[in-house]
Amino acid sequence: MSAQPRMPIESGVPDAFQYMHPALRRNYGQWAWHDRPRPGVLHHVAETGEEVWTVRAGTQRQMDVYTIRKLCDIADQYAEGHVRFTIRSNIEFIVSSADKVDPLIAVLGEAGFPVGGTGNSVSMISHTQGWLHCDIPATDASGVVKSLMDELFEEYINEEMPNRVRITTSCCQINCGGQGDIAINIQHTKPPKINHDLVGNICERPSVVARCPVAAIRPAMVNGKPSLEVDERKCMCCGACYPPCPPMQINDPENSKLAIWVGGKNSNARTKPTFHKLVAAGLPNNPPRWPEVAEVVTKILRIYKEDARDWERMGEWVDRIGWSRFFELTELPFTRYHIENWRGARQTLNSSTHIRF
Amino acid sequence: MPNKTHDTPMLDELESGPWPSFITGFKRLRDAHQDARIRGMADDLLGQLEHSYETRKGYWKGGTAGVIGYGAGVIPRFSEVADQFPKSAEFHTLRIMPAPGMHYDTGTLRKFCDIWEQYGSGLIALHGQSGDIMFQGCSTENIQPSFNAINELGFDMGGAGPDVRSSMSCIGHARCEHSCYDEGRAHRTLVNTFIDDLHRPSFPYKFKFKFSGCPNDCMNSVQRSDMAVIGTWRDDIQVKQDEVRKFVQERGRQYVEDNVISRCPTRALSLMDDDGLQIDNRNCVRCMHCINVMTKALSPGKDRGVTILAGGKRTLKIGDLLGVVIVPFMKLESDEDYQRIVELAQNIIEFWADNGLEHERCGEMIERIGFANFLEGAGLEPDPAMVNHPRTNSYIRIDSWDEEARKWNERKGKAAG
Repeated sequence: MSAQPRMPIESGVPDAFQYMHPALRRNYGQWAWHDRPRPGVLHHVAETGEEVWTVRAGTQRQMDVYTIRKLCDIADQYAEGHVRFTIRSNIEFIVSSADKVDPLIAVLGEAGFPVGGTGNSVSMISHTQGWLHCDIPATDASGVVKSLMDELFEEYINEEMPNRVRITTSCCQINCGGQGDIAINIQHTKPPKINHDLVGNICERPSVVARCPVAAIRPAMVNGKPSLEVDERKCMCCGACYPPCPPMQINDPENSKLAIWVGGKNSNARTKPTFHKLVAAGLPNNPPRWPEVAEVVTKILRIYKEDARDWERMGEWVDRIGWSRFFELTELPFTRYHIENWRGARQTLNSSTHIRF
Repeated sequence: MPNKTHDTPMLDELESGPWPSFITGFKRLRDAHQDARIRGMADDLLGQLEHSYETRKGYWKGGTAGVIGYGAGVIPRFSEVADQFPKSAEFHTLRIMPAPGMHYDTGTLRKFCDIWEQYGSGLIALHGQSGDIMFQGCSTENIQPSFNAINELGFDMGGAGPDVRSSMSCIGHARCEHSCYDEGRAHRTLVNTFIDDLHRPSFPYKFKFKFSGCPNDCMNSVQRSDMAVIGTWRDDIQVKQDEVRKFVQERGRQYVEDNVISRCPTRALSLMDDDGLQIDNRNCVRCMHCINVMTKALSPGKDRGVTILAGGKRTLKIGDLLGVVIVPFMKLESDEDYQRIVELAQNIIEFWADNGLEHERCGEMIERIGFANFLEGAGLEPDPAMVNHPRTNSYIRIDSWDEEARKWNERKGKAAG
């Protein structure tokens, strides 16, 4: 008789206290105020008078065990054996005295981990899986982020932007990367190419028909085989049919392009949360360093840095100066494709005489 | 010549520059690891990635892989070019849920590394967009033993597919003075209540909770979760006038006027002649800006709780949606409060599970059936805080207006005691 299989321990999300730095545990829910002594360093003071310093550093997110052990060695020798990660894959070392900060920063520098990402900086770009591990990507994620972070390095280690800048990337139009001050997302420009020999066997056809946002897909017999066909006049090339039906190949080395969106903000600070808006598209998917994308992104950032006032996030800055000025300053073309044309579009049009000249 | 590795001229270009290079890390596994299995896996992974860079196409496909007892949590990846890169032909990911706030002691991280060297590729992503630790690069055969080892350490599998997903919460109570509730407790309470629905997909589509301790919403919960729990307060902002005066003296009145007073979205602030701050708290919308600027002088009030929003999501299928307020304020302190938020989540999920179409997120269902109908289905009462403004379009049947008005008056009467 074979052994009983091991059933999982359904322990769920573990308790954080067992992993937390002891000073954070002791002062849980009792913090009083904080400041930032320098870029990359946070200083928090508890109601009890206890203080902690946090040193934040950038990582490559996709880490080999050597990198993780190196970070652990640094934490053991220079911090106090505890680390945490931010939502953007920055690592944070927490220490309980100010004199530990400089040696920690020095050793992180020697090991190649940039210290920064706090306050009015460009923090680490949030990214997805891309060619490295996703089953539906039109481009890579880690490589795009590495290339851009090399370009934006000085903005990561300094706090010189008008306000914080959050950049995201996504390697398909599902946009796992999320909203951002700047979002760099795949935008397909051609309908899927269908491998009719495979559709009948691989795809649950009614689900695929239902998945299409514009009802452009219908069942069809092609070469005597059950398949699907796409009304290419209706198709907007979003790629929603591709995950449930891989024979509907949407990814194309030439025609899957990159688009840049600006002005997304999740915080409620000052203005309500907003979505990012399309500003540039048609950029080539050009590995290994995507220079055309980097050029547009760095230009937008440079102009934002020069023109925005303190505390204005990218979208708030554009709200103040207006979109006409944004396109004038960035020298990006404004086209019919920037104009929204879905059901809720009227709310995005200007029904007033408020115009800047 | 020992073991020729794949040429990777394009990936090699990603080793230059100041930012840490993931490629350099992969190459260390390929060149320096003592285990030939890991060296081979890293070599073929790099080979396939280089092939993607050259052809500008992805070569992974999904499939079926999992652990005994669970219906989700392993992301299966089989190579479509396995004949050229056989050693990374199976390169599955295990999604594992970290503790709220992503805290670790180094001992735990080292154990993760040991396990992943024994069974996986030596490649761990900290963290994925869903908030999981992603143990990347596992053969089908090694999924079960590697999960067993991780599970024995006290960590459980995350969600995938049409189920309750792994969640994220900000550092909050652990190190942030803005924190308005115990994010970690809320995170664990909700996700662990639904742990059966996380491990065994049976919903129309994914359902995500996210927890932010204050309206700065560091977890992007409003844009990325079906149920966003955001800390807030309903009494007055706490002001230390002596610290305000110090701040004004240090930075100057113009700085404070330009960056604090005039940035208040409801013009609720004024700088007094004695350099103190006056706040019209009834018109404060809890945006956090002034508190963010003057961290030492200002803090959220003492009567803290949460605002809950529902229906946020990214693009597929009808375009991005922000969450919408469904509970303007509730306390989250006592066991009864936590019971109440669990019941709220159960009501929402149950209504959506019954009424959502296949592959339809909660927010898309709300869009299809109308927000007022959703409120009724989830057992919630309409409140002016849920809208930017009342309707502007008269095309609506209002047969039961008197009845609805009576309910509002009753609720108001009850609230007034």
